[in-house]
Amino acid sequence: MTDLIAFLEPDKAVMARRPAIIADLAGLLPESCLITDERELVPFDTDAFVSYRRMPLAVVLPETTAQVSAVLKYCNDNAIPVIPRGAGTSLSGGAIPQEDAIVIGVSKMNRILEMDFPNRAAVVQAGVTNISISQAVDADGFFYAPDPSSQLACTIGGNIGMNSGGAHCLKYGVTTNNLLGVRMVMFDGSIVDIGGKALDSAGYDLLGLICGSEGQLGIVTEATVRLIAKPEGARPVLFGFDSSETAGACVTDIIGSGIIPVAIEFMDKPAIEICEAFAHAGYPMDVEALLIVEVEGSDAEMDAMLERIIAIARKHGVKTIRESQSALEAALIWKGRKSAFGATGRIADYICMDGTVPLGQLSYVLAKTSEITDRYGLRVANVFHAGDGNMHPLILFDANDPEESRKAEMAGNDILKLCVDAGGCLTGEHGVGIEKRDLMRHQYSDADLGQQMRVRAAFDPKWILNPSKVFPLDGRNGSQPGNQSARKTAA
Amino acid sequence: MNVMDIEYPETEEEVARIVAGANAAGLTIEVRGGGTKLTFGRPVQSASTLSLARLTGITNYDPSELVMAARAGTPLAEIEAALAANNQMLTFEPIDYRPLLGATGEPSIGGVFAANNSGPRRILAGAARDSLLGVRFVNGTGEIVKSGGRVMKNVTGLDLVKLLAGSWGTLGVLSEVIFKVLPKPETAVSIVVSGLNDAQAAEAMAAAMAMSVEVSGAAHLPESVIHKVAGGRLTGGPVTILRLEGLTPSVEVRTTRLVAEMSRRGNVTVLDQAASHDLWRDIRDVKPFAGASMKPVWRVSVAPSAGHQLVAALRLKTGVDAFYDWQGGLVWLCMEADPEAGLIRQYIKALGGGHATLVRASAAIRASVPVFEPQPRALEALTRRIKDQFDPSGVLNPGRMTETM
Ligand SMILES: Cc1cc2nc3c(=O)[nH]c(=O)nc-3n(C[C@H](O)[C@H](O)[C@H](O)COP(=O)(O)OP(=O)(O)OC[C@H]3O[C@@H](n4cnc5c(N)ncnc54)[C@H](O)[C@@H]3O)c2cc1C
Repeated sequence: MTDLIAFLEPDKAVMARRPAIIADLAGLLPESCLITDERELVPFDTDAFVSYRRMPLAVVLPETTAQVSAVLKYCNDNAIPVIPRGAGTSLSGGAIPQEDAIVIGVSKMNRILEMDFPNRAAVVQAGVTNISISQAVDADGFFYAPDPSSQLACTIGGNIGMNSGGAHCLKYGVTTNNLLGVRMVMFDGSIVDIGGKALDSAGYDLLGLICGSEGQLGIVTEATVRLIAKPEGARPVLFGFDSSETAGACVTDIIGSGIIPVAIEFMDKPAIEICEAFAHAGYPMDVEALLIVEVEGSDAEMDAMLERIIAIARKHGVKTIRESQSALEAALIWKGRKSAFGATGRIADYICMDGTVPLGQLSYVLAKTSEITDRYGLRVANVFHAGDGNMHPLILFDANDPEESRKAEMAGNDILKLCVDAGGCLTGEHGVGIEKRDLMRHQYSDADLGQQMRVRAAFDPKWILNPSKVFPLDGRNGSQPGNQSARKTAA
Repeated sequence: MNVMDIEYPETEEEVARIVAGANAAGLTIEVRGGGTKLTFGRPVQSASTLSLARLTGITNYDPSELVMAARAGTPLAEIEAALAANNQMLTFEPIDYRPLLGATGEPSIGGVFAANNSGPRRILAGAARDSLLGVRFVNGTGEIVKSGGRVMKNVTGLDLVKLLAGSWGTLGVLSEVIFKVLPKPETAVSIVVSGLNDAQAAEAMAAAMAMSVEVSGAAHLPESVIHKVAGGRLTGGPVTILRLEGLTPSVEVRTTRLVAEMSRRGNVTVLDQAASHDLWRDIRDVKPFAGASMKPVWRVSVAPSAGHQLVAALRLKTGVDAFYDWQGGLVWLCMEADPEAGLIRQYIKALGGGHATLVRASAAIRASVPVFEPQPRALEALTRRIKDQFDPSGVLNPGRMTETM
């Protein structure tokens, strides 16, 4: 654990009322939905950004929208902070609680309510896992497109919270492009339905605003998502290059040529070594960079597309080409990539950065990233969604060494600033959470942030929803109770 | 400022100064891009007009990165010409409202995004809001604000970009927009199925969308409107049209599959690229209802399978002509006489929800009938609070979206 990132200082008065609050909660939902025992609370004290932990006052796991509404209204009336939670796989600390907060988890609301194939829509509760949607509609020839690597665990509510993406988003877009509607509980317990099965909704684009709002605008309890017809087949090809620069140039050329593959994934040498040692995917070990390019369609279509893509790769002096000849081989190529985080976690602790840069800046940013980690004496492995410029440098460190942990965080901050300075942004799909909160001023002016915070206040006037996240703790504007900024302390 | 002044700022700073001035003086402003959609929405009551016609120019375009940035007043035609020179395009196929509204002038790129103008390809490639990556705007107090940027993926903070898209200039004056572009498809064809009634067409379109052929346009034109499109070359009953675009080998494979499936439903012909292009432009621009008439025209957005049910229900009660885009989910209604706002909205609700926008009608009707779908109370209150956070004194486009905002 390090202490670089501060939380809002917990409200002692709220903490002192814990027994009374728990008694009140017990009146609002069944006993089986309320967790207050210290040991049972531990699994909720962090998310996948494990360097920071905070015990919540209590956790509730409601089974219905009405229960969510009752708890949220209670918390708002009593000025108790609320942390919405899905599966807790956030990489930016978006779901980490605080000591004076109630966690409202949606994991028990995990039913698929409707599959409507003529309208290509599924209505699901917020706690369903990402992959279960695709599994449920698979036999009917459909799938849900955004596919975060955490898709076995993460929930659709969390996906909406973070506007999550995945390897296949190059072609199909991220969550916001595949979401048709939500049922959401507002700060005061009121329940609103936004959007539905129509392709656009009336009035301001609230759906677009809610996507990626990190649990600060309300709690989503149901979602209507778009289904897409499953392609006939998919085939990845693997390219090895002598340098990251040529691999990067090849990406730009493929994108510019008019072919949009479903995915273009990039791995540098350290990432190749880590993944190969774990997955035995047969990755070439004599290259500096590797691309996985996947195309979809019928065999004839894939042949035609791959022919063109391979010609482009040849133009860039590709060293190794491996076309998958079977479903097994395709699965193996992806196994290496999809296990990248897990494989890295076996050899070291790591933090995963998520800056996005313009495609033309890929090589420059990769080179600079190595310079930064070298300077801190740390190792870095790069494995990311190259087709849309979404970098994922994994900074390796030893979490038991406080000095090295600090260095890793500082290197991460430098890398994110680099991404912004190269014309990009702090986060492409993992969200700001607490991790990037204090860097927000590097990307936004006070006027930019002020406007965002005022919009936030329109949804949550008392700032009870996930209040320690996204916006720097100092300089929060007047729409919230004035004592919030005064309550900031070091962790 | 005198009553009905028109100001033509040439820089974002000037826009900010004008809005700040109006805000301080308690005045209101009508925000105008190319002025081609002035009669869309409620008539604005404002003291002066701010035209973006001189805030123009493409500010950044690197074709290999598939991103363009332009000042808000840049004519759409200039944008499309620059893209065409690099064999690229806007994927969302913005509708041109001029034929329908009888408007003149050049649509601006800012206006396209402020109205979230999306065309037929929306079912595959997303709406204008999905292509919009970043904005710069001046809010109602005269502050310059940016959101988003020029990268494809960005979840840094609240997505004000989406909020500004489709806000009709009521939240801020867009000064610059940054958007995604794509290479033009190598080829395109349209598969035309003849003789299906509205309900059969809805089924056929749903079946096509359930196939892995990536249909990029799915429309149905009842017999009453077919003579108004493609130079009157379509004859002999209703037509259901499915478009395929992409690499030539892909389109060939997909055409064969789609034709095989559709032949079981009706008589099938295939239109080549040129014919397909003309037909979809006419569908996009609502040509069937264009012309001198001021008969009320509605744009209705519902679940795809609900579109034809809505029309069938309306036909029992009132004189109405209709055609369908977006797999049946975008319904264009042309009313014989009365706009029938209440009836239409009641039926939409009964069919599972959606919304209706009165696109064309006389100013008197537009001032008295809610042009945009009225919202449930909680959402209306939220909308009001959001508006207040951008434009607390109601300087920008008062009355454009609703009477009280
Ligand atoms: C191994 C690994 C791989 C990953 N790969 C990817 C990837 O490829 N792409 C990607 O985008 N992300 C990835 N992630 C990050 C993470 O999985 C996503 O952010 C995911 O969407 C989080 O979902 P969750 O259910 O775990 O949400 P949580 O972590 O519980 O919450 C995420 C945020 O959403 C809010 N929230 C949760 N539920 C709701 C709700 N119902 N209503 C309102 N707000 C809510 C929370 O407050 C929090 O701010 C990865 C994470 C791990 C650990």
